[in-house]
Amino acid sequence: MTIDIQKIRADFTILHTQVYGKPLVYLDNAATTQKPQVVIDAIVDYYTRYNSNIHRAAHHLANLATEAHEAARKTVQRYINAEHNHEIIFTRGTTESINLVAYSFGEAFVNPGDEVIFTMMEHHSNFVPWQMMCERRGATYHVVPFDERGDLRLDILENLLNERTRLVAFNHVSNSLGTVNPAKKIIQMAHQAGAIVLVDAAQAVQHVDHDVRALDADFYAFSGHKIYGPTGIGVLYGKEALLEAMPPYQSGGEMIEQVAVEKTTFNKLPFKFEAGTPNIVGPIGLAAAIDYLTSFNFDEIVAHEDAVLEYGRKKLLEIDGLKIYGNGKKHTSIIPFNIDGVHHYDLGTLLDTRGVAVRTGHHCTQPIMTTLCIEGNVRASLALYNTEEDIDVLVDSIRQVLKLLGR
Amino acid sequence: MPTIQEIQTQIIEDFSFLPEWDERYAYLIELGQKSPPLDEKYRIDDNLVRGCQSQVWLARECRQGVVYLQTDSDSLIVKGLAALLLQVFSGQQASAIRQADLHFFTEIGLNQHLSSQRTNGLMAMVEEIKSFAAQCAD
Repeated sequence: MTIDIQKIRADFTILHTQVYGKPLVYLDNAATTQKPQVVIDAIVDYYTRYNSNIHRAAHHLANLATEAHEAARKTVQRYINAEHNHEIIFTRGTTESINLVAYSFGEAFVNPGDEVIFTMMEHHSNFVPWQMMCERRGATYHVVPFDERGDLRLDILENLLNERTRLVAFNHVSNSLGTVNPAKKIIQMAHQAGAIVLVDAAQAVQHVDHDVRALDADFYAFSGHKIYGPTGIGVLYGKEALLEAMPPYQSGGEMIEQVAVEKTTFNKLPFKFEAGTPNIVGPIGLAAAIDYLTSFNFDEIVAHEDAVLEYGRKKLLEIDGLKIYGNGKKHTSIIPFNIDGVHHYDLGTLLDTRGVAVRTGHHCTQPIMTTLCIEGNVRASLALYNTEEDIDVLVDSIRQVLKLLGR
Repeated sequence: MPTIQEIQTQIIEDFSFLPEWDERYAYLIELGQKSPPLDEKYRIDDNLVRGCQSQVWLARECRQGVVYLQTDSDSLIVKGLAALLLQVFSGQQASAIRQADLHFFTEIGLNQHLSSQRTNGLMAMVEEIKSFAAQCAD
């Protein structure tokens, strides 16, 4: 291994802070990742040196800001290997990206009697927008279950797909189980049935894979803040022909070509889908994050994260009564667990006082919790800066908490 | 019966002898373990205060302008926190509850459990108690 994790950790000032007088062990990366100094610097540099509104004014600062904003679009395009930079739509995050497709694709392509398929392991943001769209368009939806290990039932997906299926939506990686779904295979199956596919890549784009053309994804959504960038910026990739055929999602400034009383015509891609003054600095911060991430060998990052994941699963399972929920064929970066007789809220609260940040609850995936017959669980989730020492602190802290709870 | 203010002062004093977080939580957990489970007849959906992470049951009773409360939770820490709330509010005049300034959680450093509306249902429980007190006082 040639990546130097201690050197990487030095780039993240926040990892060296203390909470409750204890060194922070940050294991809530599936919720949001920390930002390296280069991302913070890029944001400060924008506001310090060239803050200006973009795409319209002719002055110097506006040109600098427009160039940086549009260069960021190209950075995203390269990172996910999109064919055109106008296939990159900037949104607020994965949630807005999915809602945009649910609305605009729905308006253009989904009619009464049509069908949409998503899965039981989706985040609410890739579940509710499709329910709402189906209700609005008079369509029906089907939900693909997962098996006891946490793998999608592709045999059921196969049976559900038919000539009325307009769209299949699924997450490449489950935020709640850590399962890596066989994205390429699912996309092929859907395409064979003539359906369009949306991939929620929020938990995959930084840990597993990020090539939209290798996957042949029609739509691909992710958030900046989970890939070491700022909050409030996300990406929707869509194939050019699809985006061209879809109506605007929101209207206002930026997205128009000509406005007249009789009729308004819309701007070209990507601006058609970016109404109003955009989050100008967001893409600049996101591009800095992508540049940072791509300064390392991605395979080495994956190997490091997988090694820490396997170490973590092994050490956690040594604890009496501890059960890990995600045991799919392939998994990444996320360890969801409970301990017999211990409420997840109690465990999370007491880990917090030891400096260990984990997520507790249902992780916005109530259908998963219902399937597992639990109210919630504890989720430890990794990023490239986590180490086996972090796992050791987690495991030691859990043992201390169990003593405190009288077990 | 001491007043709401006097009880809060007593709780703050009790916690001042517990400077370490572990000691505070150990005390809360003990309170949770010691407080009797809610009678099955009260463990009904009408009494359930739903939180994102844990559930709290709150049984309410109003007798001659006085509010009586019982509670339970699936989380020991939340049950301990709810037990503290009961010490403060149960058996008090409804009119006093309506006017009460609930400040002890902040002073004992446990306000985080109240401040996030999505976490544990405790804040919702305080609102339920105040709203019940308003009815009871009428």
